Amino acid sequence: MNKNIITIMKKEFARFFGDARMVVTALILPGLMIYVVYSFMGVAMKDMFMPSDDHTPVLNAVNFPQSIAKIAPQYGFEVNAVTDTDEIRTQIGNKETDILIVFPEKFDESVESYDTKLSSVKPPNIEIYYNSVNPDSSEAYGLAVSMLDEYEASLSNKFDINRDVVSDLATNEDVMAFSIASLLPFLLTMLMFTGCMSLAPESIAGEKERGTIATILVTPIKRSELAIGKMLSLGVLAFLCGLSSVIGTFVSLPKMMMLDESGIDMNIYGAVDYVLIALIVLSTILMIIAVISIISAFSKTIKEAGTSVTPLMIVVMVVGISSMFGGGAATEITYYLIPLYNSVQAMSGVFSFNYSMTNVLVAIISNVVYACAGGFILTRMFNSEKVIFSR
Amino acid sequence: MPEILRVEGLKKTFTLSAKQQKLEKTRSKTKVAVNDLSFTVNEGEIFGLLGPNGAGKTTTLRMLATLIRPDSGDAFLDGFSVKTQPYEVRKLIGFLTSELKLEEFFTPNYLFDFFANLHNVGRAAREARKAELFATFGIAEFAEVKVANLSTGMKQKVSLALAIIHDPKIIIFDEPTNGLDVLTAKTVTDFLLEQKASGKTIVVSTHIFSLVEKICDRAGIIIDGTMAVCDTLSALTADKSLEDKFFDIYSESVGDEQ
Repeated sequence: MNKNIITIMKKEFARFFGDARMVVTALILPGLMIYVVYSFMGVAMKDMFMPSDDHTPVLNAVNFPQSIAKIAPQYGFEVNAVTDTDEIRTQIGNKETDILIVFPEKFDESVESYDTKLSSVKPPNIEIYYNSVNPDSSEAYGLAVSMLDEYEASLSNKFDINRDVVSDLATNEDVMAFSIASLLPFLLTMLMFTGCMSLAPESIAGEKERGTIATILVTPIKRSELAIGKMLSLGVLAFLCGLSSVIGTFVSLPKMMMLDESGIDMNIYGAVDYVLIALIVLSTILMIIAVISIISAFSKTIKEAGTSVTPLMIVVMVVGISSMFGGGAATEITYYLIPLYNSVQAMSGVFSFNYSMTNVLVAIISNVVYACAGGFILTRMFNSEKVIFSR
Repeated sequence: MPEILRVEGLKKTFTLSAKQQKLEKTRSKTKVAVNDLSFTVNEGEIFGLLGPNGAGKTTTLRMLATLIRPDSGDAFLDGFSVKTQPYEVRKLIGFLTSELKLEEFFTPNYLFDFFANLHNVGRAAREARKAELFATFGIAEFAEVKVANLSTGMKQKVSLALAIIHDPKIIIFDEPTNGLDVLTAKTVTDFLLEQKASGKTIVVSTHIFSLVEKICDRAGIIIDGTMAVCDTLSALTADKSLEDKFFDIYSESVGDEQ
């Protein structure tokens, strides 16, 4: 590689890694923060929504019929026959007990004699009381409803659905890939963008603001070398920042999604998939760096650059979310020419094992082409006295 | 002495924003900063561009340093055109101005290596040059201190050293002693005289008459972007002091306009 490009890149790296504050805020903190926040959210949500594992659901029943008494233990219920419904209802409100089921008197006989076609009165009614805020109570309620539904179905069993058959033909891998494909492209896009956003304004608008870029421009360096050196070094640094966030995300995602210890098994993807993802990510970062660099070069100060880039952030978020909706990755090749959208779709495709190699390559190549075009524009801007000396 | 720098009909016009138009009290959307400026500088001399604020001195020097492009006209430094061969011109010159800042985060030592690389100075030559320049300017003792923590005088010394890493034939210096205390200013003028002694050609711009009288061999007085007079210092100061001479020329040229 050209000597001047390497000199510029080395300086950018020395600037970044020599500054403890920058390394901490741009490189270490994002990953760490994501890990802490996601883990905390996961644990908190588990507390809030998940019933405790070792809890035996307590079923308080009035007029508890024989038929149900036979099947209740199969569902793990501990049954209490009660008469004072008001007191139990208060206890449920206070989260002291789980549910109360009030059966009509002579439930079994009424059910026996009720004919769905001929009876003119309404069928016997069961009242179930629970507390939706108490996860244990909610779970017991769900359990009771399905127990009663199944009992009702068994009374007039004419046919079954999916008896002794695993009907969902999606493999575990497919299920995993589906959830990864809907979430990760968005996360990766956001992380790439924020990585670039924390670096490029400082390096380009900052040098302009401090008057140090003109010092470089009076040396015999080609403007293109300066532009390429800046973009490549920023690309590498943004990749590292993104990587930190990705690691933080991967380590904490199982907790966030309330999965068990096995977590997300990324072994479902092969080497080719990872290489494609890496290429998509790298080409996208270069493209984003080019755009933010140009915006930064137009800006007079770091602050102005940050303000100008913010609206772009909203666009990036909207495009990133596109992977969460719609039926998987787009198939028309023209979609893969749209910057950013192409990366999101390509990543979504690779993660869900459902992609055309041509489309992914088109996305990667078009990103590189856009980055080169950006480099060309940046070179022109470094040549422009209006840009360099604008106050 | 042979001529090393030739400026031919240099012209530069800036477009004014609405705000600037108000400040300048003009309705014209453009301002001619440098208007058909021509002069020559001989090898081995110190040439001074003298003029009031806003006369176009800085713009002229920036064009010579290839930082901005002339609208018309051209300048040739050792035969290379600033318009068509800016890359060659930059190899030839050391450009110094208070507007070119050093990155505060780095140490003089690091910056020296960085700029030496950009100037294509090899490793061995770089170390020899570093030892020499750091000794000359007394930089060695703060070579590993970040620029941010240096005093104005120290920064100026570092800037001087960095500008001549590549041993340029021509040194272009915008307002060399502005804002410096007498001690630092002396460092700078001593530096310029030493460079002249070692055969370099130097172009400085200033509005300080005493500086021109002290160091310049020849000088040109710029008023409103045009060269009012350009001659050797002895000719300029033959009958009266440079300052009085300047006031004569100034009232003459401004009188012409009004």
